[in-house]
Amino acid sequence: MSRHTLSVLVEDKPGVLTRVAGLFARRAFNIHSLAVGPTELSGISRITVVVDADGELLEQVTKQLNKLINVIKIVELVPEASVQREHIMVKVRADASARLQVTQAADLFRATIVDVSTESVVIESTGSREKIHALLDVLEPFGIREIVRAGTVALGRGPKSMSDRALRH
Amino acid sequence: MSKDQPISPAVMAQRRAPSAPTSQSADSDTVRLTGTAAEVVAPEEMTGSQAIIRSLELLGVTDVFGLPGGAILPTYDPLLDTEKINHILVRHEQGSGHAAEGYALASGRVGVCIATSGPGATNLVTALADANMDSIPMLAITGQVASSAIGTDAFQEADIVGMTMPVTKHSYLVTDAQDIPRVLAEAYHLASTGRPGPVLVDVAKDAQQATMTFSWPPEVELAGYRPVTRGHSKQIREAARLIAAARRPVLYTGGGAMRADVAAELLELAELTGAPVVTTLTARGVFPDSHRQNLGMPGMHGTVPAVYALQQADLLITLGARFDDRVTGQLDTFAPHAKVIHADIDPAEISKNRVADVPIVGDLKYVVPDLTQAVRQEFQDREAPELSTWWEALESLRETYPLGYTRTDDGHGSPQYVVERISALTGPEAVYVSGVGQHQMWSAQFVAYERPRQWLNSSGLGTMGFAVPAAMGAKVAQPDRVVWAIDGDGCFQMTNQELATCVINNIPIKVAVINNSSLGMVRQWQTLFYDGRYSNTELDTGHDSRRVPDFVKLAEAYGCAALRCEKDEDVDATIERALEINDRPVVIDFVVSANAMVWPMVPSGVSNDQIQIARNMTPEWKTED
Repeated sequence: MSRHTLSVLVEDKPGVLTRVAGLFARRAFNIHSLAVGPTELSGISRITVVVDADGELLEQVTKQLNKLINVIKIVELVPEASVQREHIMVKVRADASARLQVTQAADLFRATIVDVSTESVVIESTGSREKIHALLDVLEPFGIREIVRAGTVALGRGPKSMSDRALRH
Repeated sequence: MSKDQPISPAVMAQRRAPSAPTSQSADSDTVRLTGTAAEVVAPEEMTGSQAIIRSLELLGVTDVFGLPGGAILPTYDPLLDTEKINHILVRHEQGSGHAAEGYALASGRVGVCIATSGPGATNLVTALADANMDSIPMLAITGQVASSAIGTDAFQEADIVGMTMPVTKHSYLVTDAQDIPRVLAEAYHLASTGRPGPVLVDVAKDAQQATMTFSWPPEVELAGYRPVTRGHSKQIREAARLIAAARRPVLYTGGGAMRADVAAELLELAELTGAPVVTTLTARGVFPDSHRQNLGMPGMHGTVPAVYALQQADLLITLGARFDDRVTGQLDTFAPHAKVIHADIDPAEISKNRVADVPIVGDLKYVVPDLTQAVRQEFQDREAPELSTWWEALESLRETYPLGYTRTDDGHGSPQYVVERISALTGPEAVYVSGVGQHQMWSAQFVAYERPRQWLNSSGLGTMGFAVPAAMGAKVAQPDRVVWAIDGDGCFQMTNQELATCVINNIPIKVAVINNSSLGMVRQWQTLFYDGRYSNTELDTGHDSRRVPDFVKLAEAYGCAALRCEKDEDVDATIERALEINDRPVVIDFVVSANAMVWPMVPSGVSNDQIQIARNMTPEWKTED
């Protein structure tokens, strides 16, 4: 099954995330990641959801989401025409002897060290899924203590805004 | 927020003027509703609970079904003063939900029910799920514990909004009294437009008690809700081209055609195309059974010609149907030669189960006439298709395999005969409501349906116990019609307490309990697929049983007229007697054979080609090509 990124504009009303998540669960659609936050318009939130689905199933996902009253608009963001980013923080074992190597590895990925202790460092990185995977591969041998990842966020390339036509005419 | 055109309740009801030939009441209702909804009320102080009642009045609601409790108590107080709303006190909240459904199905108007928080609300869940499956316009209002107590596991607290999300079209939790008119107007609009469905409004007790400033009409904002009305003209032309080219077309009509009130428009399209029509369980009556082109019901217990027509079709003209598994059987062998035109107001139905070659999203009220127009044009440009070979095959099947039944050899009465006689002696102007199971299938098969809203049942969810409360709701909506609940002995025992409601409120429905002393459909499957091992399907209500309960005594205890009929030769006289009693509900205990089975039948999970007209008997197909 192929992976697709959907951007969903929703009214910022209580329960809207439950409705979206519940819909995926009961229709047996697979969510790979989900990120939600406010937008440039007050009262409107944007959910970025990455799903594993093929053609017809993806169409069903989109149509079913559209039936939710609080969903205003859905756009599929294809990789070629969008910027997609994942965000990760990872706590890596790094005593004095390993610290330099770990920081160098982080530098190579243009990742940032956001916390240092005698035993460990916390590295923060933003990038494509592939880059994050590569970074984790490199850090693995040092000993990964803890990982936290946020769902993919994505924006279409170019000057257009997905909220333009949905909400301001 | 949205800069879309605001939706005002004043325009809501104008969207569609039903013009089904026989439902005069729907026309007048709509006009009145529009008039009421357009009323303007200057700002005025009142409590939230008064605002609930006032909003319902202004929305044109005249009947509600409910049962009070702690969290909805404030709203029941102003209900005592309203002269515009008739509240019917049910005996169980599930009954109020099904009554609202029956009311909506019989009239086309929104059915309204009220319950309290916690168990009151959870008792509505089955009815909400039922209305959701069958796209029934319904508004459910529930009380909720005070907003400060929400989330504390307070007495009679249940997260009803959370638990009904999957089974409602939409839902609201109101904690601010000021929101009440807007939310109720939105809920009513959502329930009754687009693909209709149940909407739940849960109102915290403190919001009912607080003071607010009421004005009407409220500003309604539904940025994400824009149901499509007109079908795409290019798709409609493409559909017309396919119809003109088809040699074995079938009009596959579903509940959507009933909801859209397109019986007259459908008749025109059908007669223009000359194509056979099949009417699914939710669409029985949308096209007259007496019409030559009607092949009857398709699906698991459909007629042989209807099932065959779909299997052999080269084109399905699908109108408001959803390719339910009970119609298609094993999906990948369903209508294997057919191209599919699929018109539905809900885009998500299109290509959900069967991929559509020509999808048309739109309200059938517009789509069907547009399609008729396009087909007429197409027939002018090139000749109307020659369907006589197709009809020869269908007519020969209709002759060889008519709907029928054979009497069981145990000497007991035939359930099919009872149903057939109820229909014959009462006629098509009555309303027929059933529960779920064998009696439901016999009612779908052996009642002659001639008009929309003549047949109400729980199709999608298959809710046993639907009949009595839904018949009650139907009778409230259509007091001048005879309303028959054709029920099973199992179903009847689930909701018969609403007979008390019927007696006390003078709602004289007629209940025919088709008493085969068992959970008949389950028993039929045990006969056919479990070697006759009857696990837990005997109910001891029929012949040679202890008769627990005795339905005649039970009905008498409720104050109903009670009759019993145990032989085929007494059936007519009993029905006639029941038809004469109109001052109270009548319950007839039709004690029949437990061995009668529903035929034809497509066993679950196999191709519709395997339809059996009796046990292990499959018709011989004359294949077309």
